Formats: sequence, structure tokens, C-alpha cells
Amino acid sequence: MTITKTQRDILGSSALRPDGISKVQGDFAFSSDLHAENMLWGATLRSPHPYARIVSIDVSGAWKIAGVECVITAEDVPGQLTYGLISEDQPVFARDVVRYMGEPVAAVAADHPETCRRALAAIQVVYEVLTPLTNPEHAIDASHEPIHPDGNIIRRQRIMHGDPTATAPIVVEGTYDIGMQDQAFLGTESALAIPDHDGAGVEVFVATQWLHEDRKQMAKCLGMPEEKVRLVLGGVGGAFGAREDISLQVHTALLAMRTSRPVKMQYGREESFFGHVHRHPAQIWMRHHANTDGRIVKIEARFVFDGGAYSSTSSAVLINGVTHTQGPYQCPNAVVDGYAVRTNNPPCGAMRGFGVVQACFAHEGQMDKLAAATGIDEVEIRLRNIIHTGDTMITGQVLESVAPLERCIRETAAMPLPAEMGSHPHELDLPGGSGRTADRRNIVRGIGWGVSMKNLMYSEGFDDYSTARCTLTNGSVELKFATSEVGQGFVTLAPQIARSVLGVDNVTYDTIDTQIGSAGSTSASRQTWMSGGAVDGACRMVRERLFEHVGAVHNIDPLRLAIDDTDIIDTVGTLRISVQEASANFSVSETYEYHHRKTEDLDENGQGNCHVAFAFVAHRAVVDVDVELGLVKVVQIATAQDVGRVLNPMSVTGQIEGGIAQGLGLAVMEEIIVTNGIVRNPSFTDYLLPTALDAPQVVISMIEVPDPQAPMGAKGVGEAPCISVTPAIVAAIRNATGKSIDRCPVRPQDICF
Amino acid sequence: MSELEHYSLTVNGVERQVSDAWIGESLLYVLRERLGLPGSKGACEQGECGSCTVFVDNAAVCSCLVMAATAVGTQIATVEGLNDDGSLTDVQEAFITEGAVQCGFCTPGLVMAVHHLLDHNDSPNEQEIKEALSGNICRCTGYGRIFAAVDTVISVRKGVSS
Amino acid sequence: MPIFIPSSLTEATQLLSKNPDAHLLTGGTDMMVEVNFNHRHPDTVIALRNIPEFQRWNIDTASGLVHIGSSVPYATMEHGDLAKALPALAEAARTVGSPQIRAAGSIGGNLGTCSPAGDSLPVLAALDAVVHLQSESSRRSVSFAEFMVGPKRNSRLPNEIITGVSIPITNGWQGYAKVGVRNAMVISVASVCLAIHDNKVRVALGSLGPTIIRCTESENWINSIGLANIDHSLAKEFADHVRAESRPIDDHRSTAEYRRHAVGVLAARLLLRGVQK
Ligand SMILES: Cc1cc2nc3c(=O)[nH]c(=O)nc-3n(C[C@H](O)[C@H](O)[C@H](O)COP(=O)(O)OP(=O)(O)OC[C@H]3O[C@@H](n4cnc5c(N)ncnc54)[C@H](O)[C@@H]3O)c2cc1C
Ligand code: FES
Ligand code: FES
Repeated sequence: MTITKTQRDILGSSALRPDGISKVQGDFAFSSDLHAENMLWGATLRSPHPYARIVSIDVSGAWKIAGVECVITAEDVPGQLTYGLISEDQPVFARDVVRYMGEPVAAVAADHPETCRRALAAIQVVYEVLTPLTNPEHAIDASHEPIHPDGNIIRRQRIMHGDPTATAPIVVEGTYDIGMQDQAFLGTESALAIPDHDGAGVEVFVATQWLHEDRKQMAKCLGMPEEKVRLVLGGVGGAFGAREDISLQVHTALLAMRTSRPVKMQYGREESFFGHVHRHPAQIWMRHHANTDGRIVKIEARFVFDGGAYSSTSSAVLINGVTHTQGPYQCPNAVVDGYAVRTNNPPCGAMRGFGVVQACFAHEGQMDKLAAATGIDEVEIRLRNIIHTGDTMITGQVLESVAPLERCIRETAAMPLPAEMGSHPHELDLPGGSGRTADRRNIVRGIGWGVSMKNLMYSEGFDDYSTARCTLTNGSVELKFATSEVGQGFVTLAPQIARSVLGVDNVTYDTIDTQIGSAGSTSASRQTWMSGGAVDGACRMVRERLFEHVGAVHNIDPLRLAIDDTDIIDTVGTLRISVQEASANFSVSETYEYHHRKTEDLDENGQGNCHVAFAFVAHRAVVDVDVELGLVKVVQIATAQDVGRVLNPMSVTGQIEGGIAQGLGLAVMEEIIVTNGIVRNPSFTDYLLPTALDAPQVVISMIEVPDPQAPMGAKGVGEAPCISVTPAIVAAIRNATGKSIDRCPVRPQDICF
Repeated sequence: MSELEHYSLTVNGVERQVSDAWIGESLLYVLRERLGLPGSKGACEQGECGSCTVFVDNAAVCSCLVMAATAVGTQIATVEGLNDDGSLTDVQEAFITEGAVQCGFCTPGLVMAVHHLLDHNDSPNEQEIKEALSGNICRCTGYGRIFAAVDTVISVRKGVSS
Repeated sequence: MPIFIPSSLTEATQLLSKNPDAHLLTGGTDMMVEVNFNHRHPDTVIALRNIPEFQRWNIDTASGLVHIGSSVPYATMEHGDLAKALPALAEAARTVGSPQIRAAGSIGGNLGTCSPAGDSLPVLAALDAVVHLQSESSRRSVSFAEFMVGPKRNSRLPNEIITGVSIPITNGWQGYAKVGVRNAMVISVASVCLAIHDNKVRVALGSLGPTIIRCTESENWINSIGLANIDHSLAKEFADHVRAESRPIDDHRSTAEYRRHAVGVLAARLLLRGVQK
């Protein structure tokens, strides 16, 4: 079969993925599919202890195994011994001390993965086990010695806004716990490093979110100039934040440099749980003061994010958390204190929703408590408090983004509820599914709400930019960018932009690598805005050159020319010439760097214009609960999301449905269970992800109010779907059961006892 | 590694030699690393994700849990063998046109699972579809577009235009 | 050669005698996980998939027994005549893993692994099934209760192969229920098989102790009351009896407290389903 399309794949169309055919056929090369002649396999030895002093490491046993070509430890790191996204506090290999279970201690390269496993088993590490710091409060109260030279507090941030003494007649408070979620992308970490023949450089094919940042950190640790480390994006099997930090990059490159042979490393699922950072578990206390009409007067809050052993992006996650204390609601007065702390638990960092997921779980729990205390309905209480463009937030920043929040809530509320459960439901539609635990009479239905606001792009003064090049030759366009395609569909969008701006149809893109300027990370809902802005900018520059060319040929002022479908027209004359024809024997290439507007750091009172822009969303969840057994089936999620402008309806739908499934996971099943620093469930047998039978019906409305600040009017859509869906589901469970549940994921025992 | 094996497997109708293999190697490993067929993906190696789904004697199974050396004499079919001429099957086409592919890591396994379902049941209901695909984890899509793709194939096969 | 694929039972038992360290392999859904995760390093494997009698099953109405060969996969138990004869086994089979796991995983492998979470096992326990074992020189049959002796421990001798099971057909209702935290593809946190035969109730529990627990005290209690008298409040009392016989533990999948609670709920619900109340 072949796919035939009649419509042009411009902005606004559901253009198909250019990599779709290779992906359905199994031809698409994920980084784990790569091979090189004479290749070795690499593997990592990891600490079994959450906190221990390394007394000695004896690698001689590994060297004796036939097929082993290289064994490396911290002693072999040629450059900087530590790395990190914000502060460089994480060792490439632990040297004196291990600070979390799974911390890398050594790595080997050998002819077969099984040889690697045997080699790792032959390395003798003597540990002196220390008492781990696992309770984040002990990091704050200094009752445990510092576990790292940088101390146990990664960052503290207060927010003081308005009148701290303000109060109001209605006061509700709660303490909310959010479990440690894993990104659980399907394609585990993998890389292939190929050393240059002259031994001076290395080329690394890797699945990552940010090629240039990886390169920067790698070059430092490898002790090599950045231009000698060339990164190429290996096919990425999902990311969701887990590829923001580097994992096996330095190890693989170092093994390749040492052996002068290509080395491939790939984590198995268990290792992947130790190989990347997770979503921060958090405990959040909030107290809302409101008038009897439900209007919020003041919010007090305290946040504790457990950052685990190394800082990763914890300080930025903390800022996102505390600055979203108010959620999408007006709040004139606020007193907030927040900590991101270091413990001997697994390191935590970026995951879709980045700090806002945690804040939202708390503020939405509070809104429901406020509704109950004032007797105002859950939807109405939210509507009464919503924030508008022009309002001042608790950071003192004025909300400049378009904020169609009322439409989000009202359109969600207007969506039809699912049909009542019949008297003889299919067993798979009941909570418990094929386990046949429930009968119809055991089931209660509940409805819950969640509304959220999420910052887009990087904050706090970071000069965030993306680069793209557009080359027009003979009516065809080739784009070049370093934007990581992790599944989100930038490779679909970028050609759509070029087609729209330039009136061409044939658009291709070059290899995604470090042979052009940085695109920044595929995170923070930023690539449509940032790299989209860069591609749009580059294409517009090319269009100017083309118009100049056509103007010169036809003796027309280029300013009079415009693109109409696939033609160039004279807006005040009669000329109409196809772009194809106009660009015959014409070639032009332009590079554009898109920067978003500047932001500032927060001051010690948490005041400052720290965020770029915001997106809004509402979720309504309908759940069926078997109250006696504590089992839940999410029946329906209705959502209306502020997307600015829909550039590709099918892609946006995919982001919304996918984000909802992840938020559902956090609501009812996904949690890395850590006791005393030991991870108890590092496998897909025990870390449960939603299956097809857990997927609810999803009803979507995309609210289109183009944002004038956004390059194409479009806001990033990646994170919003997974934020307020979690509190909405938990609220629905509370509604069904009448129990007060202030943690997620909700476990059966949280419901039935 | 001590005990090395030589054997042959019939993959997509072709007899393929495997030499110097460790007996503990899974069919997934052998397909990917020895036979140059990386279409089947591994995301868990414990039967929990379905990315590695292949057909062994017409049964859809996780190739990560098949000991390759014991699959001698069986008929193995992988995603690479779905269409000899390189064109798309109706299931593959629907995955693309309905947006069921994002990162694509789950896709080959899901394509196999959907073929298996629809080749044995031409009009599955909603619950049957979900149950049939419950062994294939997709982390990106939330399954909505995958169900849409299945519905499209069902309609097209029935001659109903979608 | 370290891999053997015998085509008869005799050949298989001889091979096992000659290669006492050999690992027996049926569907591989337990064993390959151990191999992939480096917990097992097989040097010799005897794959049992080509032994014809292992793949067969039959319903022998004369003797009132269903025979299931040890290689029969869950997929076969889920539907058709086998499911009609043994509805509880069909329900249990349907909860195992995913369709891919049910296509490969077998009853013999479930017995070989003998996990307290094995889903076919409470059914075998409740239905008084007999497990058949054969070595090169002998053949014996043991009741399920004698077969499973601990968590992942059974009374199979090293030279024996599980050839199959015989399950008595009951003349009353039977059913299976299993709690897991996901709506599909989940290892049991607590499970119950309840079967009625000659108007007497039998109950067995999975994931509630080191072995499958047959609740004889609860059975005696409810049977002394009589099926006809069962109502909702008696079902609740029955739940407490079952809870008292359970021996749950805390682990990363759940808590002992929840398991004890849940197993009572399941037992009561199955009882009410059984008497259609
Ligand atoms: C993703 C996944 C999900 C699962 N979900 C469930 C579940 O929900 N419920 C459940 O009960 N199980 C589950 N399992 C476990 C497994 O599928 C079952 O235990 C299955 O019955 C094992 O059968 P098999 O034929 O694959 O066994 P194999 O892996 O082939 O063998 C298992 C063990 O039994 C031994 N053995 C096999 N055949 C014989 C024989 N004839 N005689 C003597 N010993 C023998 C083997 O040596 C081995 O030790 C799951 C497994 C996976 C991978
Ligand atoms: S890799 Fe085989 S099921 Fe996940
Ligand atoms: S598309 Fe990424 S896992 Fe399914």
C-alpha cells in the first residue's frame, strides 16, 4: 500500500511523520540499533549501596577474562571528574564514596554483552557501608552530616509577596505527598562511540534531548576540546526529561578512546532505572486563606523536593514548584518556603511537568478543600479565582501570556459525561479488569477537577536560544537544526513551517547533529516555540532573499511580493510565478538564531520576572472505584487546553493523550519505591505503566487564541496534558469514596482503609 | 564464554545460520545482533513491554523470552517480513495516517500484535482490542491513536471507507 | 550438545538422567527472565516443546477428570471446551501476563516455578488436582498439596519431569479472582479460587503465604452452615474466616494488612457469585 495525500502539509494540517514509514517497518535506526565494524560492548559496574565509602577497587579479575578489552574507573577519567547540568557535582565514576544505589563505579568494554557481565562480576569493590541520609527533613535540620562537599541543601527559595500577615475567614490546609515517578521511555539509554583514526577525537551517536549540552559536559570530562567531540542524534525512543542529564555518554566515549575501537553501550531496563534521574518526590504543605465568596486572599506553603544524591536540575525544579504555588489563580499575598535537598536516594531531575506537577497536585487539592469549606462548587470556585492576562503573580511578575483559562474550564465542563455504567458491564470495564474482582454493585463513580498553568521554556535569566538553517535550491528546501527529535514530532513540524513560509512542497532535513549551533533541549515545552521560531526565522530570511531575486528579475519592489500557496504573487500587480519556477537555478541559505525574551533571577524574596510564558489547561476526570478493594478504573478524561494555535492537530492530539496517560500513571500506579535508599522495584514487572486496558476515553478541545509573543502564535503543548490530570483523577477518587487522600499515586490501601 | 552453539533458524521463510552463539541468548538478541534484523525492539527483556513481539509458528510471543537455540525448526516471522516488497501493510499504513507513531519504539511490536489480532478476529470489539494489545506498552501515545489505527484497519478491511 | 529438543517423553527423561544439571524449558516465560537478568546461567537445556503428549489435553467424563499436558499454554485454557469444563482455570489463565505471555507460558512451567503468585496454582489446589511426574525409571502422581512445599519450592525430584495434571471436574460453580494494581498484565497481590462440588465449598488462596493456602477451616465452617443459607452477612463472616487462615507478608507489591483485607473481600464476593446472591 502507499499513502496518498491531497492536501498540502503546511501549518495547521495533520502532516504525517516523515520517519513514520521507517518506524512502522522497523527500519528506523534507534541508537540501540547502531552497529560498527569491530565494535565492542560496554557495561557499567554500579554501587549496590545507597551510601558507602569505597575502601578499594580491584579490577584485575576483569582484565583476566578473555574478550575483555578495557576496564576503567575514576582514575582513568582524563578531564574533569564531575559533571552536571546546573552544578557539576556528580562524579563520572565514584571515587571515595558512593552516594546512591546504582552509582557508577567502573566500566568495561568486551566482545559480547555476556563477557561484559562476567567482567563486571569479577571486579572486587570493598565498601564500608555508611548510614544513608534518606529523610529529606534530616537534610534540612542538619541532623545528618553533609553527604557531599556541596552540603545537603541544594537550594532554598522563599517567596514573600503582599502582606504576610493577611488572613481571611476561611482557612484550609493540607500536606500532600507526591511519589517518585519514572519517565520510563521505552528505548533505554544507548550510545555508540567511534574514535577518530588519529585518536584525537570521537564521534558519538546518542539518544539525548540536547546534543550541545551533552557535548559540553563530555568534552570537559574527556579533557578534549568541544570540536573534537562530535555528537549525532541516534534515534530516540522517548525521553520525557530522562535524557536531559548525561548518563552513559562519557563512559562510552572514554572506552572507545581507550580501546581505539567503536564501543556501544546500552542499558537494560533495570539499569535504566538507575541510569537516569526521576521525577522528584515531594512533600508540600499549603494553607489557603479565602473569603467566604471563595476568593483567595493568601497562600502559605512549604515545599520539600527530594533531589537525591546529586543536584541535576533540582534547583530549577524547585523554582518551578514554588513559583507555581498559586496555580492558575489570583493570589495577592503569599508566604512560601521551598527546599531542594540532597539525600542518598536516587537522583531526581527533569520529568515532563518539571516541578509544576508537584505544585499542582497540592494547589488543586487545596481548591477542592476550599470548595468544601465554602460550599461553592468545584468548578465555580476555580472560575472565581482564575488569573487573567495582566494580573500580577506572587513573584511580582505580570502575566503577559494569553490566558484563555475561563474557556478551558467552561469547555471542559460542557463536554458530555460518559454513559452511566450499565447493569451488566463488561468485566474488563470494571476496576480490577481481567482479575474479575468486582461486581457491578461494588462500584462507585466519582468526578474530579484539575486546572493548571505551566511555564514554557527556560526561566531565571537563562539565555535560551535555538538555531536553524534553511537552504533553498531549485524549489527544494533542506533544513538543518540540532533539535532532538524524541517522538514529539519536530521533524514533522519543521517542514510544515518551511512549506508555509516558502510555498515549497519538497522539504527535507539534514542529520541532527552538532554541526550547527545549539537548539537547546527538547524539554520545557519549548521546541515548537524555540526551534519552530528558529526554522520560521531562517525560512523568512530565505524568503526575503528569494523575493529580492524575483524582484530583481521582474523589476518589482520585493516588498510587494508575497507567497500565495505555492506561488509568489505581486500584491499590487499581476505577477504570479510558482516558487518552483522562481527559484530555478537559484540557491540561498540562511541561518537564524531565535532567542526568547529575557528573564531574571528571583531575589531572596522570590520576586522577579523569572518566566517567559505560560500555558493553561483544565482536566475533568471520571473514575469508577471499587471502594472495598481500593481499585480504580479511570473512565474518561475531558480536557480543554490552551495551545495558542494548532500547527498539527494530530500531533497535538497525540501529545495530549500521551500526557494524560502519564498523569494517570502518577495518579494510580506509577511509583519508584525506595526504602532506606534501596530501590525496590526497578523493573517493568513492578514499576507499573498504564496499558491499553488502563487507557481512559479522552475528550479533547484545543483552545486556539494565538499568543502574540509566540513565533507562530503556538504555545508548547507537551507538558500541560500531564499536570492537572493527576489531581483531577485523585479528586475523582475522593469524590467517589468520600475519603481524604492527599498522596499520589493512590494505592489500594489508601482507599480501602 | 564457554559453550558455543551452531544452529539454524527459519526467519521470514529464510533459513539463517547462527554460529558461535551462547545458548542463553534470546531470540530477540539473535535477531537483532546476529541476523541483522533490528526491527524487533527490546525495552525490558522480561516480557512486560511487547516491543519484541514476533510470531513463532503463528503465535505472537515475546522474542526476548524465547531461547533462540530452542526455536530451531519453528517458523519465525518478524516485522521485517510483513511485506516482502517493502510496501506497507494496511496496519502499518494506518499507524502512520492515524498518528499512532511518536517515538516509534513500541511500534514494530504493536504492528505485529495488531496483525495477530486482526488476522484471527476481523471484527473485535473495544474490549477485545484493548485486551489483545494489553501486552504492548506505549509510553508516548496514551494508546488513543493506536486504537484509531486499529479501527481504521477494521473498517477498510470490511470495505467501509473511513 | 547443550541444547536438546527431545520428541518423546522417554527420550526426555533419559536425557535428564544423563544430564542431571540440565534446565528444563517449556514456554521460557519464567526461565528466560532469569537468564536475561543474569540470575541463571544454563549450560544445558532440555526444551520440552516437541513432546506430543505434553501438548494434549482431554476431558474424560467417565473418570470425571480433565487431563492437561504440562506444555499446554494459558491461551488454550482461556476458551473453548477446556474453559467450559474448568471455568476457574480459564479465568485464572486470562489474568496471566499478556496475550504474548499466555501464548507461551504453560501450566507445567507454572508448577515448575511454583511461585505463591502463580495463577493456575490456587485453582489446582482448590480443585484437588494431581500432578504427574515421570523420570527415566519411575512415574508418580502427587496431590497439589504435596507438590508445592514452599515459595518456589516443590517436591519434584531432580530427575523428574512434570508431565501434566489431572483435575477433577466439579458439579458446582467455580471462579477465580485476582487483585493487581493495574487492569491487565500484573502479578497477583492476592488471589482466590473458590469452587463448589456436591454443595460443598472449597477455597484456595494465592500470594497470601509461602505456599498456596487451602482454607480448610473456613471451608468446614461455611459447609457446616450450608450453601442454601448463605447471605451477605454470612459472606462477611466467611471473609473473616478466610483472612484468619491467610499468612500474608509485606513486600514492594503490597502490605500484609491490605492482602489480608483483600483476600477476605474476594472470598466473600466469590462465595456470593457462587450462590448467585
Ligand atoms: C511478563 C510476564 C508476566 C507474567 N505474569 C504472570 C501472571 O500473571 N501469573 C502467573 O502465574 N505467572 C506469570 N508469569 C510467569 C510465567 O509466565 C508463568 O509462571 C508460566 O506458567 C511459566 O511457564 P513457562 O512454560 O513459560 O515456564 P518456563 O519458563 O519454561 O519454566 C519455568 C520453570 O519450570 C521448569 N519447568 C518447565 N517445564 C517443566 C516440566 N515439564 N517439568 C519440570 N519442570 C519444568 C523450568 O525449569 C523453570 O524452572 C509472568 C511472566 C512474565 C514474563
Ligand atoms: S523486550 Fe520483550 S517484552 Fe519487553
Ligand atoms: S510511540 Fe513511543 S513508546 Fe509508543
